[in-house]
Amino acid sequence: MSILVIAEHDNASLKGATLNTIAAAKAIGGDIDVLVAGADCGGAATAAAAAEGVSKVIKADDAAFANQLAENVALLVAELGKNYTHILAPATSNGKNIAPRAAALLDVQAISDIISVESADTFKRPVYAGNVIATVQSSDAIKVITVRGTAFDAVAAEGGSAAVEDAAGQDAGVSSFVGEELAKSDRPELTAAKIVISGGRGMQNGDNFEMLYKVADKLGAGVGASRAAVDAGFVPNDMQVGQTGKIVAPELYVAVGISGAIQHLAGMKDSKVIVAINKDEEAPIFQVADYGLVADLFDAVPELDGKL
Amino acid sequence: MKILVAVKRVVDYNVKVRPKSDGTDVDIANAKMSINPFCEIAVEEAVRLKEKGTATEIVAVSMGPKQSQEQIRTAMALGADRGILVETDAELQPLAVAKCLKAIVEKESPDMIIMGKQSIDGDNNQTGQMLGALTGMPQGTFASEVAVEDGKVNVTREIDGGLQTVALNLPAIVTTDLRLNEPRYASLPNIMKAKKKPLDTTTPEDLGVDVAPRVQTLKVEPPAERQAGIKVADVAELVDKLKNEAKVI
Repeated sequence: MSILVIAEHDNASLKGATLNTIAAAKAIGGDIDVLVAGADCGGAATAAAAAEGVSKVIKADDAAFANQLAENVALLVAELGKNYTHILAPATSNGKNIAPRAAALLDVQAISDIISVESADTFKRPVYAGNVIATVQSSDAIKVITVRGTAFDAVAAEGGSAAVEDAAGQDAGVSSFVGEELAKSDRPELTAAKIVISGGRGMQNGDNFEMLYKVADKLGAGVGASRAAVDAGFVPNDMQVGQTGKIVAPELYVAVGISGAIQHLAGMKDSKVIVAINKDEEAPIFQVADYGLVADLFDAVPELDGKL
Repeated sequence: MKILVAVKRVVDYNVKVRPKSDGTDVDIANAKMSINPFCEIAVEEAVRLKEKGTATEIVAVSMGPKQSQEQIRTAMALGADRGILVETDAELQPLAVAKCLKAIVEKESPDMIIMGKQSIDGDNNQTGQMLGALTGMPQGTFASEVAVEDGKVNVTREIDGGLQTVALNLPAIVTTDLRLNEPRYASLPNIMKAKKKPLDTTTPEDLGVDVAPRVQTLKVEPPAERQAGIKVADVAELVDKLKNEAKVI
């Protein structure tokens, strides 16, 4: 078997999700090549070559790949992918954008968001917002898969010494990059943070999230939110933890003023330790919490801040 | 501009779906069915483009059993002008849906196709991207803003860490994210009017599409249950437990 992993990167460096995806590739078994498609992406390619278990890095350094436009990257993935039995991408917004497009170019039914590898053609994945886990088997010659990073322990970032090969790129000529607004924060990215503290509707407004930011900065934590808090406009959507937002599985997850809708639980219930702070004793979040504190968050959070 | 909107019939988002006891499939007999929430946002966006004068006609298309007509009628009540049902009782996977849509696109030649980013049953998040591959059209996935100007559509996308804006040549595919808009409620007069709007029916066979599944579901099961832990009395006890018992801070 031979596996092509599509790297998640920002040209200069490799994103952690790539290492989780390589781990899923190792679980399938076989030679693992990593595709780094970008512009001036030498840094990311070097990092990919150092990752554990990688046989070869294919570096496609071309202006057409500067912003990971799916129209351009999918063409390359489909072209290279013909020589592999599996194509794996992280189930990030970028992976989800590119992998199905590449799959259809190869006439393959992709498999989204796998959480375990049962065999080379059989995988488990959540459906119905995580209420059901399905075991699915692909009959396609090439398997195109996106991988839920939190379900696979990352391989080591160092120690490998794979060869780096160049590949050419092309621009499909139908789309262009206009701009992006990335949230600037010194806090760790949600999906990579060891500790995540999230606020829900109980926070009442966006200003009150300051309380969580203060605690987060003491703990080196990322800050998330429930869909209710996002829909209410308290905080931006990229903070959303849940089935339609980010899936996180940190060492410690602190849910503040979050009732625990299934949609939210689907995004965080694999966390190692869960703490819930909610004044409603009946809130479903307490059913999954290791430590529950029934208290008014406006008393409890400042007190927590003081005790850390 | 003509807009094609794809809508899917799914189990209503309020229904908690469980596996059947024999683990062969999910138990959705008699469950309330609705239009997929992301598809509803797609219909709303198309209707807003028509109200702005950008779009002139909205065609709602669905695939699935005969009852999917209900979801097409819902789309019509929200403002779609006519409907197409690709009727089949077969299990449809995203690649098959994309192939059927491609066949419809070839007949209808829309300038834009708007669809949900994912359906809340299969949670695949694939069909829009696949239709893009099959038609060669560009894709603006996970859209939170759509602006048509000068023969292009600018789509602002929800990506990890923020927003990205791309310019797409028309015809193009847009898949909707939650914050694109808030769908309206259909008024009773519009629900009545929708019943008189034209709805054509075709089949995958008529469209020349092989919809045979490529992925087989071997088993379904409930997710691993997490046991509830303990209640702590106060913040001091919580900090103590986290430091000394769980050892996570």
